[in-house]
Amino acid sequence: MSETPQEAGKVVQWEAPAQAHETMASMVWGRFRRHPGAIAGAIMLTIIILGVLLAPLSPYDPETSDLTNRLEPPSLQHPFGTDQLGRDMLTRCLYGGRVSLTVGFLVVVITLVIGIPVGAISGFFGGWIDNVLMRITDAALSLPALMVLILLSAILREVDLPIVERNNVLTIAGVIGILSWMTVARLVRASFLTIREQEFVVAAHCIGTSNLRVMSRHILPNAVGPIIVEATLEMGYAIMEEAGLSFLGFGIQPPTPSWGNLLNSAWEHMIKHPWLAIFPGLMIFLTIISINYIGDGLRDAFDPHKVLQKLGEV
Amino acid sequence: MPVTPSPPEENVGRYIARRLLQTIPMLFLLSILLFTLVNVAPGGPLAGHGRSRHMKPEKAEMLKRQFGLDKPLPVQYVVWLIGNDWMMVDADGDGVPESRGERRGILRGDFGFSFQTREPVLDEIAARLPNTIYLMSITLLVVAIIAIPIGILSAVKQYSIFDIVATTLSFMGQAIPEFWLGMILILIFYAWLTNPATGEPLLPAGGMKTLGTGFNLWDRIQHLILPVTMGMVGWVAWYSRFLRSGMLDVIHQDYIRTARAKGLSERLVMLRHALKNAMIPLITIFALDLPYIFAGSLYVELIFSWPGMGRLYYQSATKRDYPLLMAILIIASGVTIFANLLADVAYGLLDPRVRYE
Repeated sequence: MSETPQEAGKVVQWEAPAQAHETMASMVWGRFRRHPGAIAGAIMLTIIILGVLLAPLSPYDPETSDLTNRLEPPSLQHPFGTDQLGRDMLTRCLYGGRVSLTVGFLVVVITLVIGIPVGAISGFFGGWIDNVLMRITDAALSLPALMVLILLSAILREVDLPIVERNNVLTIAGVIGILSWMTVARLVRASFLTIREQEFVVAAHCIGTSNLRVMSRHILPNAVGPIIVEATLEMGYAIMEEAGLSFLGFGIQPPTPSWGNLLNSAWEHMIKHPWLAIFPGLMIFLTIISINYIGDGLRDAFDPHKVLQKLGEV
Repeated sequence: MPVTPSPPEENVGRYIARRLLQTIPMLFLLSILLFTLVNVAPGGPLAGHGRSRHMKPEKAEMLKRQFGLDKPLPVQYVVWLIGNDWMMVDADGDGVPESRGERRGILRGDFGFSFQTREPVLDEIAARLPNTIYLMSITLLVVAIIAIPIGILSAVKQYSIFDIVATTLSFMGQAIPEFWLGMILILIFYAWLTNPATGEPLLPAGGMKTLGTGFNLWDRIQHLILPVTMGMVGWVAWYSRFLRSGMLDVIHQDYIRTARAKGLSERLVMLRHALKNAMIPLITIFALDLPYIFAGSLYVELIFSWPGMGRLYYQSATKRDYPLLMAILIIASGVTIFANLLADVAYGLLDPRVRYE
């Protein structure tokens, strides 16, 4: 497409959406604020994240055993009790939270890094590229996810390479991420399919904007709402999946605590020492329910139609 | 942008046939992927044996030759797929192939022998599958009985106390880790609560029945309560919420107003006109969940020592029983692909607005 000087002049105006974007953010925040569940979730998640960040302030070490204080029930010194090696469970739960939340965050990053380009290219170009990418997405979706997750981590558990050594945080996040980008890809593709036909996109093409720029500056910002909602919920799924894998013994390996492997080691002692099982699970539960409420609030905030419907105005 | 012409109408039969044909290359690719994954594991399939201190290296080499693991990976894949009765194999492991192979390959229904028990893989699966189907079909039935009324009532009485409680419980049900729920159930109903008459735990913490007893319906039910509860909570939470939002979408449609306007009772409008349409997406996601009937819930089966498919898979993964692992994986993938197809077809059959393309 050739560019006449007049058309090139309009490029300046295309820089404007940055301002409009801010307005959208404040609109979204305005609606989010009025969603009580979302605010409660945000507060709870903030508390959990703060607790996890401040874990080093604990007087106890998460991995050093203290055999004089084995399996103590919850008390003032040890609010969550101690485990079979006398380690403070609160400290271990907080350190475990660092691992679990990091895995959740990394999985979201991986999901977006794979899912957005795949969906964008698929929806933007269509044709055979779309066909190939969507068949790959379908194939990935038809894998029995938990089984493959177990298989991959069972294999990687034995690997002693520097980066993926003994199923560390990065490995587990990678394994979960590789099996969870498909929803984002489909979502982005669907948004691109609708938006690419709209007039402002055609206009952007006409003034000679490069494909990459049209995709990243003109289409993607308009698809950002559903992506943020999906990314939020994905964080919850990822934390749940990590916990499940570690509970089965295929995830994060002890002595590094994660909420899942704390439950794994609680299993044998649980009947006599229930606090070992109750607290780590409660942490997972509170984290995920907070994230889900935040996701629900974001969904309503990004979707004004839904809010109006809730108010009975539609 | 070129406007794509709308595709010609295709009948359901042709659509299904075409989708089934697409399934074949996909299963084929998945099988190559899974086979490679399973076999590139460090140490290979015999790593489990190799770590045993009693195994001499010569013995390991011999086993490798006996299992055909000394061959290159593509050859192993072909043998797994179509069998080895067309080639000479080294049955006694002395390094000299002397007899014709006896494996028929998965395409002819031979999934090989389990490394662990030396029994045919299909026999192992056949022994566990009924237990999983038994547990899962009861679980799904309970899910439907609980979730559907909750979903309808929540939507019909939107923002009532009932709806708020149901929605909150549904959020909790979706956030609770399944395995942790199982642990808590065991704590409450096995460790803490006792049967006042006998002083024994209120409910059993595992197994399908009390060992060493014959068929006893009450005993079977007691063994089902906790696993079914554990398996159902997440599903009920998710299905009831899904049905609620489906109902809410439908309730605001014009034809519901029409049905009310012509004087139908609210009950009839909701059940006959709204529910029928709101169920369509629910049936679709139900079809997508069908693979669970085959694969079972791994966590439920592990926590309650239920001898089903999920536990079999877990055991084969821990023991590195590759033939068994591969068989379960490939069958589960096939079932998943089939369920996806079923969901699409069901959607089209139930919703006349959907056209197959």
